[in-house]
Amino acid sequence: MTPFKKLTSSAVPLPIEDVDTDQIIPARFLKAVTRDGFGENLFRDWRFDKDNQPKEDFVLNNPTYTGQILVAGANFGCGSSREHAAWAIGDFGFRVVVSSYFADIFSGNALNNGILPLVVSPTLLDEVFRTIEADPAAKFTVDLEAQTFKNETTGTVSTFNIDSYKKTCLINGYDDIDYLLSQSDLIEKFERERKDFSLT
Amino acid sequence: MAKTLFDKVWDAHVVTEIPGGNQVLYIDRHLIHEVTSPQAFNGLRRRGLPLLRKDRIVATADHNVPTIDQHLPIREPLGAKQVQMLTDNCKEFDVDLYGLGHPYQGIVHVIGPELGITRPGVTMVCGDSHTSTHGAFGAVAFGIGTSQVEQVMATQCLLLTKPKKMRINVEGDLARGVTAKDLILYVISQLGTGGGTGYFVEYAGSAVRALSMEGRMTVCNMSIEMGARGGLIAPDQTTFDYLAGREFSPRGQDWEAAVAYWKTLTTDADAHFDVEHTYRAEDITPMVTYGTNPGMGMGVKESIPVSSDIHGDASIQKAMKYMDLEAGKPLEQMPIDYVFIGSCTNSRIEDLRAVVGLIGDRKVADSVTAIVVPGSQQVSKQAIAEGLDKKLIAAGFQFREAGCSACLGMNEDKVPAGKYCVSTSNRNFEGRQGPGARTILASPLTAAAAAITGRVTDVRELLIEHV
Ligand code: SF4
Repeated sequence: MTPFKKLTSSAVPLPIEDVDTDQIIPARFLKAVTRDGFGENLFRDWRFDKDNQPKEDFVLNNPTYTGQILVAGANFGCGSSREHAAWAIGDFGFRVVVSSYFADIFSGNALNNGILPLVVSPTLLDEVFRTIEADPAAKFTVDLEAQTFKNETTGTVSTFNIDSYKKTCLINGYDDIDYLLSQSDLIEKFERERKDFSLT
Repeated sequence: MAKTLFDKVWDAHVVTEIPGGNQVLYIDRHLIHEVTSPQAFNGLRRRGLPLLRKDRIVATADHNVPTIDQHLPIREPLGAKQVQMLTDNCKEFDVDLYGLGHPYQGIVHVIGPELGITRPGVTMVCGDSHTSTHGAFGAVAFGIGTSQVEQVMATQCLLLTKPKKMRINVEGDLARGVTAKDLILYVISQLGTGGGTGYFVEYAGSAVRALSMEGRMTVCNMSIEMGARGGLIAPDQTTFDYLAGREFSPRGQDWEAAVAYWKTLTTDADAHFDVEHTYRAEDITPMVTYGTNPGMGMGVKESIPVSSDIHGDASIQKAMKYMDLEAGKPLEQMPIDYVFIGSCTNSRIEDLRAVVGLIGDRKVADSVTAIVVPGSQQVSKQAIAEGLDKKLIAAGFQFREAGCSACLGMNEDKVPAGKYCVSTSNRNFEGRQGPGARTILASPLTAAAAAITGRVTDVRELLIEHV
C-alpha cells in the first residue's frame, strides 16, 4: 500500500447522493482476477454510452476538472461490498474521496487500499461544491497527520476524524493483515480457551 | 450488564482490543465465491502465507454461472476463467468447494442456511454484502471486501470497530398478500438507503417473530440496503426446527447442548440500543420500488412522490429520468416486460411454492418474459420433487438452474436496456440487471401477479379473485 501523508490538489465534483458501487464499477467488469486496470471502467455507464462513446456531460469526461480528490454527495459507496470499487477509484488516480458520509463497507475497503474517505459536514460539503463551481482549478489540501482539510480558496480549515490505528496504517502504508499476523499468539490462545467452540 | 443479542455474539468473539478502540474479532465461518476471492488467494501466495483454518471456510460458484446447461463448459471466457480459478485455488489450498455440478451448489446465502453451516451464535463473513442474510439465525454475519477476505484466510480474524446498535420492531399481523419482502421494503422506504449506516440491526416484534426462516432471511438479507452493517433476529423454536437434521447441524447430545446455548441468545429486557424504530404491520401493503435505489419504494396503490426528505428531490428527478417514469403518478397498471423470481432474497423453496400457489391455472401474459431461478441445487431438486417446475413451465415461466442470474447481470441473464422488470431481487440500481435495465423490486407474490397480468398489480386483488 502506498503511504499517504499530505496532498494539495484540485478536485472533481460529483454532487450526487447515494452513489452505489454498481455505478462506480458495474458487475460485468468484476470478472478480472487481479486488482489492476479497473480505473478504465470507473463509472463506466455514466462515462460512456452504449456505443462506448464518452458522454460529454459527465464530469470525468470534462477536462476542466482534474485532480486526486473526488468530492461526492452523501452516502457514497452504498450497495455491493465489491472492493473493485475502491480499486477503480485508486487506479483512476484518486487518493481522497470527500463526502458528508460513506457507506461502511466502502469506507473500510478504501482505507485498505490507501484511499482516504474524508468526512466533512453537509455545510462544508456544499461550500466545497460551490468553490469548485466557481473555480474548477481551486485547490484543497488534505493533511492526514494534522487531520485537517483546507479549502485554499476560502481559507477554511476544518478538522476531520479518523481512527488512530487506521491513520497510522495509512501514513506508513501498512495493512491490517500485518497487524493481525502480529497477534497470532493471542488468536491461538483464544481458540484454545474458547468454551463454546464445539457449539459454533 | 444487560446485553443485546448482538452484544452477546460479538463480545464472545473479541480476541483483543487495541488502542484506538478497534477489536480483533474471531470469525467462525467464512464463505467464498468466485468473484471476490481470486485476488485474496493471490495475496496469500504473494505473502507466502497458508490458509489458517480450512475447516472454517466453504466455497461455491454462484455469481458468474450460467443458468442454462450447467453441465456444459461456461461459454463466456472471463466468467469461465474466474470459476476455473476458484476450482484451482480451492484445490491448492484444500478448501471444500460446492462448485458447478455439485449437489450443494447454489447462491452462497442460500446454501449456508440450508446445509446447516449457518447457525445461531456464530460470526460469519463473506466477500458479499448480502451476508447479512445469515443473521436470520441469530448469527453476527456481514459482508467484507477482498482485502478482508484475505485477512480472514490468513488469520481467521478481522480488525473492526464495533457497530452501533439499532432495533426495528414490527408489531401486529401482516395482512394476506403482504410478505416478509414487503415488510423490509417498507422499512427501507421509511429509513432510506443510508438510514442504517454505522449500525447493526436487530429485528424484533410480533410480526417478525411470526415469520418463517425463509421470511426472516429475506428481511435480514436486505439490511444492507438501508446501509446497515448487518441484521439479526433472535433464534427461537422456528430456528431450531429449521436447523434440525440439516447436513452440518449438530446431532444427538451435541444438538441438545447447542439448543440449550442458542436459547440464551436473546436481548436482555433492559439492554440498550442506540436507536429504536417501531412500525405497525397493519400499515404495510404490497410494496414496489419506483426509483433507482431500494429506499425508493411505496405501497402498490400509492403514487410516486414528487419530492422527498429522505432521498432529496434531485435524486428522485435523476431516478425518474433513468426509469422513464413520472413523479406524482401511480405505478399500478403500468405494463412491464420481464419478471425475475430469484436471488438470495427470494429464491428459496417457500418463495417458489408461494408463486405456484398464486398462479393456479393462470398463465404468464404473452408480453412478459418470466424466469424463475432457484437459489440452489437443493431448492431446485425439492421444487422438482414437488412438481413445481412443471406447473411453472406450464404457466409460461422458464425454470432455470441455480445461481445469482439476473440479480446482478454478470452472466448472460440480463434485462435489455429500457425494459421494465419486476424482480424479487434486492437492488434496483441503474444498470444492476443489465445496462439500461429498469428494475421494480417486489415480493415473489407481486412479481407472480405482474407475470400473469403483464402489469404492475396489487396481488391482493388476485388473491380475492382466486378464492
Ligand atoms: S443473488 Fe444477487 S445479491 Fe445475492 S449474492 Fe447473488 S448477486 Fe449478490
